Amino acid sequence: MHNFIKGVAAAALMAMPVSAFAEAESDDPIIIVQNNWTSQLVLSYVVGKVLEEKGYTVEYAPSDSQLQFQAIADGDMHFQVEAWEGSMKSAFEKAVENGMVDAGTHSAATREEWWIPNYVLDKCPGAGSWQGLDRCAEMFATAETKPKGRFVGPPADWGKNYADRIDALEMNFEAINVGQAATLWAELQSAYDREEPIVLFNWTPNFIESKFEGQFVDFPAPSAACNEVKEWGPNPNATGDCGAPHSGWLKKAAWSGLAEKYPGAWGVMQNVDFTNAQIAAAALLVDVDGMEPEEAADKWIEDNKDIVASW
Amino acid sequence: MTEVTASTFQSESSQGVKMPSYWGVVFGITLLALIFHYVSPGVLPDRWWPEWEIPAEEWLTTRIEWLKSEATIFGIAFKDITRAIGEGLKAPVKWAEYVLYRGHANMSWIWLTVILASVVTYFSTLRNGLIAAVLFLTPILMALFFGDAAPESITSLPKMLSDGLKGIGAKALYGPIPWVAIAAGVIILGHWIGGWRLALLCAFTMLYLAVFNVWKDTMRTMTIVVVAVPMAAFVGVVLGIWVTRSKIAARIITPIFDLMQAVPHMAYLAPVAALFALGPVTALIATVVFAMPPMARCTILGLQTVPEEIVESGKMSGCTRRQLLWKVALPSGKRTLMLGVNQVVMQTFAMVVIASIAGAQGLGHKLLYSLQQLKLGTAIELGIAISVVAIVLDRLTQGYANKETDHFAVAKTWAQRHKHMLIFLVILVLSYIAAIWFRDVTIPPSKLTYTGAEGKVTLFDPKVLARWMDGGIREFNKNAFDYINPIRDWVTLNFLIPVRNFFLWMPWPVFVFVVGAAAWRYGGLSVLLLCLALMASFIVTGFWVETMKTTYLVLIATLLCVIIGVPLGVWAARSERVANILMPICDTLQTFPSFIYLIPAIMLFRVGDFANVFAIIPYATVPAIRYTYLGLKRIPEVTVEAAIANGTTKRQRLWKVELPIAIPEIMLGLNQTIMMALAMTAITALIGSTDLGQEVVRSISTQNFGRGILAGFFIAALGIIADRIIGSWADERKKQLGIG
Repeated sequence: MHNFIKGVAAAALMAMPVSAFAEAESDDPIIIVQNNWTSQLVLSYVVGKVLEEKGYTVEYAPSDSQLQFQAIADGDMHFQVEAWEGSMKSAFEKAVENGMVDAGTHSAATREEWWIPNYVLDKCPGAGSWQGLDRCAEMFATAETKPKGRFVGPPADWGKNYADRIDALEMNFEAINVGQAATLWAELQSAYDREEPIVLFNWTPNFIESKFEGQFVDFPAPSAACNEVKEWGPNPNATGDCGAPHSGWLKKAAWSGLAEKYPGAWGVMQNVDFTNAQIAAAALLVDVDGMEPEEAADKWIEDNKDIVASW
Repeated sequence: MTEVTASTFQSESSQGVKMPSYWGVVFGITLLALIFHYVSPGVLPDRWWPEWEIPAEEWLTTRIEWLKSEATIFGIAFKDITRAIGEGLKAPVKWAEYVLYRGHANMSWIWLTVILASVVTYFSTLRNGLIAAVLFLTPILMALFFGDAAPESITSLPKMLSDGLKGIGAKALYGPIPWVAIAAGVIILGHWIGGWRLALLCAFTMLYLAVFNVWKDTMRTMTIVVVAVPMAAFVGVVLGIWVTRSKIAARIITPIFDLMQAVPHMAYLAPVAALFALGPVTALIATVVFAMPPMARCTILGLQTVPEEIVESGKMSGCTRRQLLWKVALPSGKRTLMLGVNQVVMQTFAMVVIASIAGAQGLGHKLLYSLQQLKLGTAIELGIAISVVAIVLDRLTQGYANKETDHFAVAKTWAQRHKHMLIFLVILVLSYIAAIWFRDVTIPPSKLTYTGAEGKVTLFDPKVLARWMDGGIREFNKNAFDYINPIRDWVTLNFLIPVRNFFLWMPWPVFVFVVGAAAWRYGGLSVLLLCLALMASFIVTGFWVETMKTTYLVLIATLLCVIIGVPLGVWAARSERVANILMPICDTLQTFPSFIYLIPAIMLFRVGDFANVFAIIPYATVPAIRYTYLGLKRIPEVTVEAAIANGTTKRQRLWKVELPIAIPEIMLGLNQTIMMALAMTAITALIGSTDLGQEVVRSISTQNFGRGILAGFFIAALGIIADRIIGSWADERKKQLGIG
């Protein structure tokens, strides 16, 4: 669209006294994507404020976590600070094919797996591993899943199939998928307040760690063979009888035109790097200390001056 | 074949031999078919044959992908055209942002334009003023469009002005309109339209927005509203006029309106976002699409109900066709038109939460974010903000529609006639000046503080209240869960799951037969054909299972809504006091964003159909209450008196006189209840379901346009089937009763 309009504009303005285009870099706003979870909001403000400090105009645009990548590929939005392997891998890769740029990987590692609150261990001491959890399956049953235990699964559109893993490991569980992440947290909050046994899908880093005590359930470590060789793993007759990777990537995504249009900003974006602890600290400021995401970003920048300066 | 059998028995009774009734026969055939299916499963098809399935989903997806990437019109890529339109729509949104909350160096252009246009208008005519405004705005619009490519001479004036203002420390002068002025403006508008009562409501709302620290987000939301409403109103009026003038247009457009309103909002988002960049423009377009049909309908109604005498007198005065439309018909239909505007405003506002999924900032975005963090208290505060603003907008537009022309105005001085506007202008100027020294005049402070002798004291912090509410909800949940859960389990196991299984087990010909029988009995051949076509659409495209899950969910929810809503409506009709309490609750329920019910529903009932049904009820019960109340209220005085004169008791009067007469109206309420329940299935999908609503929601993130559009269409199809059958039944009944 820019080319089209600019073409028309150039033709229309031919006769006018066109003074120089902006010198090295543009005054046009850099559009940073915002999603609806805490760490992403704070970190996107952090990057935005650093860029503003350097004299760029920054705008923030809220977006759905899947739709955003196509928008970045098209240049409608310019930068996403948190792209998760677990929930966004396919949309991310599809957008890279369509011209989006992979702007590097954070030091932070992500993990997603079945997760239990700690009080479950009092009632079912073995629940830390999948065999132990399976032995207590009935404890997690609800009216609909009886006698099987209920596993509260990830949002239906995240493209994970835990029913397959349950089958492969011959576990006595049924996966009930939710509609959105907030549903998971509502289920967790409700069960947690009443200390009712629950096992649900969770990931790290997110704000749950700072509000709820719990741990991931151990599954057989994943390997390439797990998904190809039937004999591999606890069940000799099935593939997919293993857990999810313990460290998935957390990437940055950017529009392909950035390097040309805002070389300085592009340099900063490539250097931006967060660790798990830094992300958790950012989320904590909002989720526990009750700041607004924007205030939290100011605080975070103040607390991490050296890191910011190194970008 | 089944239809033929039904027709033989259509004559309900004949002399001598007692013939079974129409419904008796339908019921008998259905029962036999079901028993047969039970005894020998597999003979009657329970799914459509895969080899005969029509691949509509793939076809649609490839079409949209094609539009997006390859299609060209006169050598220009289709996507470039949509993008250019999108870019054009961005400009008004940007302006609204500058004026309402952001402020910008370019603001000086707006003020210069406004002042110039009002001066020209004052000394000559409105038309000249408008021309002056357009002339003056053109360069700045060019600067907005062309960005870097705009000549310096255009952008330098505002820059000079803003630098100058900055230099004398008066930065606030190119800031947004101070909130004090906006709030005062709304209150003054309220007083002008509805007197002190409405002004008080406006004042309360403005105070709420300021105290609860949601002012800026409200303004962000309003940017979409102030741009979308005029656009939707304009397009609606144009289409409405076209429909009244051309039979062909009426044929094509009217069913499209039905569809636009019956398809859940979310189904538009993915394809619109694909064609017009994600962001406020997508939100704007989706909002306009959804909000426009009521305007068109009201225009049609307004034009068609212009009294013959007025048109005649217009003709006699020698009006041309155009004059007849613009100077006679439209002004005399003003009231209906304004009701259309009222509907547009309400629909636009209803869309704000959903629009945030497509990249609109504001209350909706904040609300979804709060829910994601389980900050229910904050979500409730935001929800109330949405509700109160919606109610104010509703009262203002309705009040304006009903406002009487002041026939004594001629006798008053200019200042008397314009006192509201003058007061507003004075406040506007004063608040801009005050904003130079006091920042709180521009944007309200985030919490109320008071600096006294003992230092800074926080008087009120909305966050503290929100946390307190969170605690309350959790505490309630903790204590109530053990009592509620057994009920939930029992209902789920013994009622919901069996009904769902029945719907999934039932062979599709049985469903088609029953619906077809009802359609034919009440609507005749045309309704029957329409229903058959709509049912065929979801059967042959492989959506039978999802559609039945939706049907089951909506059926149960509707049943519960009627059980709750109708008695409440009756109660309200009998007691003025109950009505006075109930009707504001209804207003609030309908404007309160339904997303908020989801989280407490999940906490109390866990993921499952019980929570889904529960989340539908608050929203969908409202029409059942309203229509029952109105139906009973509208019974002619004479009829009630006749019943009293005949010595009926209160109960007899209700059951034998009032309810039977009100039934057609109540059934129309039922119709609306079904529509709302259908619309809610897309929202309950966020709890977790596997029905059409889920398909709609999922298509947004998976970019599977075909699937999303089809699922949205089938939700609409269910609504249209119900609407046509119930509508024709109500018409027939009204005729029998000799009303309507």
